[in-house]
Amino acid sequence: MDYTPQELMVACAARQIRDGERVFVGMRLPLIAFALAKRTHAPGCIGLFESGVIRDEPAAALLYTMGDAPNNVGALWTTGTVNVIGLMSAGEVQLGFIGGAEIDRYGNLNTSMIGDWQHPKVRLPGSGGGGDIASLSQRLAIIMPHERHRLREKVDYVTSPGYGYPDARGPAGMSWRQRVGLPRGGPSALITTLALFTFDSSNGEAMLQSYHPGTTIAYVQEQTGWPLRLAPNCAETIPPSTAELRVIREIDPEGKWTR
Amino acid sequence: MSKRMSMAEAIARYLPDGASVAMSLALEALIPFAAGHEIIRQQKRDLTLIGPISDILFDQLIGAGCAASIKAAWAGNVSEGLGYCYRRAAEKAIPRTLTIEEHSNFSIGLALLAGGLGLPYVPTRSLLGSDIPRQNPTFHSATSPFDDTPVLLIPAVRPDVTIIHTQRSDEDGNAHLWGNSGISAEAMMAARDVIIVAEEIVPRDVILSDPNRVLGPSFKVRAVVHEPGGAHPAAVQGYYNRDHQFYHEYHERTRTVESYQDWLQDMVLSVPDRATYLEKLGAERIHGLRVKQHLLAAPVDYGY
Repeated sequence: MDYTPQELMVACAARQIRDGERVFVGMRLPLIAFALAKRTHAPGCIGLFESGVIRDEPAAALLYTMGDAPNNVGALWTTGTVNVIGLMSAGEVQLGFIGGAEIDRYGNLNTSMIGDWQHPKVRLPGSGGGGDIASLSQRLAIIMPHERHRLREKVDYVTSPGYGYPDARGPAGMSWRQRVGLPRGGPSALITTLALFTFDSSNGEAMLQSYHPGTTIAYVQEQTGWPLRLAPNCAETIPPSTAELRVIREIDPEGKWTR
Repeated sequence: MSKRMSMAEAIARYLPDGASVAMSLALEALIPFAAGHEIIRQQKRDLTLIGPISDILFDQLIGAGCAASIKAAWAGNVSEGLGYCYRRAAEKAIPRTLTIEEHSNFSIGLALLAGGLGLPYVPTRSLLGSDIPRQNPTFHSATSPFDDTPVLLIPAVRPDVTIIHTQRSDEDGNAHLWGNSGISAEAMMAARDVIIVAEEIVPRDVILSDPNRVLGPSFKVRAVVHEPGGAHPAAVQGYYNRDHQFYHEYHERTRTVESYQDWLQDMVLSVPDRATYLEKLGAERIHGLRVKQHLLAAPVDYGY
């Protein structure tokens, strides 16, 4: 295998971006995925940053945070958070990327706390813009490490709503989002260090879409806290191409985020 | 009228114990660390901290025992994830109990927007179905009277004091801020009192030559503090870059209560002011963060 798990995740993330889309980018791997998509199949995509930045070219230097100075240079707009998330609130953002500490089978994410919320065992930093991106983007892609304690049957706290849960009024899925009043959206991809999941929006369940080269369905199951449901065409993940790897390594030459 | 004063004087005069203070408003950039350190040195107590992603400034203030509560979207260390002081306060009430009102970046921005507009709340569809409204008792779930759909009402937040780090200001507090601004403008409009911290103090004519770049009305500004380097280790567009290594060092040095106290003594309590802090960092480190290439915007013509 001549690529790292992070490079594979970046390639998977870039493939979520369609040409011409407006993408809520964030930091680290999605930032590289945005740059990769831009230079391969989606030259017309536009990146939005909750710090208050919109740009149609990746920054000239590798960013450590979205607030780094190069991210404002050559931007289409430098403004404030309410304007940028406001665009997403109005339905103008097709795809959002977020990470999480924990996720469950319905794509609900927790970045707030482990344990009882009144007496947390581990206090995590909180939503940031994550809850907003999960609520308001048209599609949501999640990137996180694949560990059994992170992919759970049910998360301790829903910071960023996915497809909710089945309740007395109906199933999880898009109908749950409508019931609670979310205007659109829901997870479309969960990209982990081991696998790619897609979601069945009719009941909100994650489906194993592909498992990364070097792993197996059985191993993914072992590392996942819910009984896997396989997508009909479940197969091995297509590895990053030579062209994709070349671009990734140009964007992150020292492997800060991808090695 | 000049509102210039030292940081020590500005904090002493305008930030009483028990005040609510909005700061660290442009997310990872323009964080007023110099103000935060002065708040710690003056041993301010029972503050309510208001902000979006607050990075390590709120972690430091919480660890020093300055905060009784926090209304924020995120508290930790952007370079490392978790903030140890925030964890200790939330998990073990060390050094004291901390009341946490969960927000998202949008909801805290909307709360300040409502505050600045003099309205009781702003509705949103964000966060519906999440646990945040259940945990933040100030949020109110409602049905829109116009279309019968669920909405979440975010109540106004009106900080007693908003502290904003800017590139340049005149002595009256007419300040230019450029680059991404996060929720700085909303926090300035919502505040009772504003403290402007500036890298440079420039003549009024310089600011008024480009009024589109002014963040907000100077009549809300009570104090103007000239504090070069006052945002370190955060970035200031056109002045210096983010000191990423500092955030890693902070993370390593604050794992335990004792090591945090050592860090605090070393970097805050034993340092009387920002100039001494910068000296302590050393010329080489400061030089490494300098702007390597200036990129000037095209001038605009206000002629008539």
